[in-house]
Amino acid sequence: MLKTFLIGIKDVKLAFRDRAAIIFMLLAPFLLTLGMGLVTGRFSGNSSSGISDIPVVIVNLDDGELAEALVDVFYSEDLADLVEPSLGTSPDAARQMVEEDKVAAAIIIPGGFTASIIPPSEMGMIVYVGPRAIEIYANPTRPTSAGIIKSIVDEYLSYVEEGTVSGQTSIFQLMSSGRISPQNAEAAGQAMAERLQNAPNNEQLAITLNSSTADGEEIEFDVLAYLAPGMALMFLMYTVSYGGRSILAEKAQGTLPRLLVSPTNSTQILGGKVFGIYLTGVAQMLILIGATSLLFQLKWGDPLGVVLLVFAAVFGATGWGMIITALARTPAQVGSVGSATMLIFGILGGSFISLDQMPTYIQTISRITPNSWALDGFTTLALGGTLSNLSAPITALLTMGGVLFLASILLFGKKNLVQK
Amino acid sequence: MPTILEVKDLKKNYGDFAAVKGITFDIKEGEIFSLLGPNGAGKTTTISMLSTLYAPTAGDATIAGHSVTKSPMDVRHAIGVVPQDLALYEDLSARENLTFWGQMYGLSGSSLKNRVEEVLGQIGLVDKAKDRVKTYSGGMKRRVNIGVGLLHKPKLLFMDEPTVGIDPQSRRAILDTVKDLNKQGMTVLYTTHYMEEAEELSNRVGIIDHGELIAIGTQKELTRQVGETETLLLHIGENEDPEALISALKGIDGVLEANAINHEISVITHSAADVMAPVVTKANERGIKIHSIDIREPNLEAVFLHLTGRALRD
Repeated sequence: MLKTFLIGIKDVKLAFRDRAAIIFMLLAPFLLTLGMGLVTGRFSGNSSSGISDIPVVIVNLDDGELAEALVDVFYSEDLADLVEPSLGTSPDAARQMVEEDKVAAAIIIPGGFTASIIPPSEMGMIVYVGPRAIEIYANPTRPTSAGIIKSIVDEYLSYVEEGTVSGQTSIFQLMSSGRISPQNAEAAGQAMAERLQNAPNNEQLAITLNSSTADGEEIEFDVLAYLAPGMALMFLMYTVSYGGRSILAEKAQGTLPRLLVSPTNSTQILGGKVFGIYLTGVAQMLILIGATSLLFQLKWGDPLGVVLLVFAAVFGATGWGMIITALARTPAQVGSVGSATMLIFGILGGSFISLDQMPTYIQTISRITPNSWALDGFTTLALGGTLSNLSAPITALLTMGGVLFLASILLFGKKNLVQK
Repeated sequence: MPTILEVKDLKKNYGDFAAVKGITFDIKEGEIFSLLGPNGAGKTTTISMLSTLYAPTAGDATIAGHSVTKSPMDVRHAIGVVPQDLALYEDLSARENLTFWGQMYGLSGSSLKNRVEEVLGQIGLVDKAKDRVKTYSGGMKRRVNIGVGLLHKPKLLFMDEPTVGIDPQSRRAILDTVKDLNKQGMTVLYTTHYMEEAEELSNRVGIIDHGELIAIGTQKELTRQVGETETLLLHIGENEDPEALISALKGIDGVLEANAINHEISVITHSAADVMAPVVTKANERGIKIHSIDIREPNLEAVFLHLTGRALRD
């Protein structure tokens, strides 16, 4: 066990002393993230994810102006390219559409939504209705698109809330919109003031957004939260194939035979090499996460979830690295197959183009890649999810890694570490 | 002296090709034993089997009482291996390499640290210990390569052609190191295709060719097999054809054997003085210019030539 650990540590040291490896493991994904962030306008505040025509169904159960205004937002010219809205009448039917993957999210505006924000006047009295929550029922297989829908609703509600709590401004807004008469303005103002005073930390005034996926996940969206893990995961495949290549390279350079004539058995050696690949991958991911958090102020989400997802993602990716190594005959073969796999998995796994934009069959095929599962997990976390929302990606990644490890051990057993 | 290595009918086949064809020999404690033979003779395959890297096709060997086939892990504790090719991590320093390999041999803590420093001193790299191996000269790398094999103070050290491809100064240093180690009591199995190294270092020599151990003994015992012969070495011009002369030389009375290596013709005879004149005459008759003639006493080269009909460097 100690020798396995020592071999692994030695490999990590070697990996981080190799300039070319550092460029591919750290610099390339960091710069690509930076570049794509610049292209998408993330750093200039004019973010564009490159995603378009997100299908969304809106069920408006409110007859008020604010609900209508929200619907108008989705049908506005500004969002014409980004979203493809449709109107529904039944919340259950809308949720069904989400579950059948026909839309990325359903927006259900409850009855009384407008009245909860703009108190209606009846016989000169302000009637307080209380906050009503808009429900966003998000498609868990389209976390990015669902996140965008959520962010649009969120922004709209923030705008309305800002107007509501800003006292006099709101009264003017209400009067100018004709929803209250000048005679009722004073009473309306008093009612609002009372609500402000009575609200602990203004919590009651907050317009709540019940944003959850079919699995009950919380969602947020930052385009970099998609790009950064996408790039990190793509170059993680480089790292695992680099590590796998080192097994065959050690054979060619004579250090593996030398290990085999020391009092160290094959299992310790192979275990140490795998451990080294795994540690290097984990180190790479954590460095990239740390760097993007510090330099780009990127919020990766629940730290525990992030760490465990990194562990699972690297395990799945290492499985692929091992199977490539077990099938290859030379370090060069591992290098070329590894590079090809990195690119193919990067594309299939959604590192360049969101999987939401790809045909269903591509989305299905993408599930063989650790990139796809891990990217789902990272997006979920960035959108506010926690460890409890990661059971599917983590299970998938651990299963993937386990199956590939078993297969590679069988293959290694057949061809042996050295020709005997 | 007790026997530390005993090899019995060791064979190694790769498919239909027999790399080692059933060799038997032993090594006593404190000896330097050289396996001398040309490239491809089976030296490295033999060491690979004895160091438990390759499983023998047949036969067995015991090292310090442990069978290489039945107790490989015990054998590995008893032996040190200096492979023919450098087997080091070039991005680690000499000290880091020695520390890592020491750990693989079970050393730890202060005993590891002390042993690493001792070996660094032994191989003369204390001042360069922190530098990465990739910055070293070929000779320095060779010294680290040897140092790794010494870390755990093995009972038997295998050195597989450790001087291949290095400068004369480094070669001299390595040969001196081997002699020093032997003086300190270490038993060494040394493989080489350089006759001079085998002659300088060895208590006993085994001559191996085409996977067979064709002779074994001390240098005196081996040269005695050749008989009282001498070798004439004729150096001819680069544009001359040695083959034409060789056939003529073989017809001279007293010439036992004649062979050519590039532009050097070796003529084995009982009396160099008796055949020198006819040899020169034959060369003149064929218009072949001889640049110089050396006379050599019997040596391992002559033994190899005598036993195989080929020069060691063929």
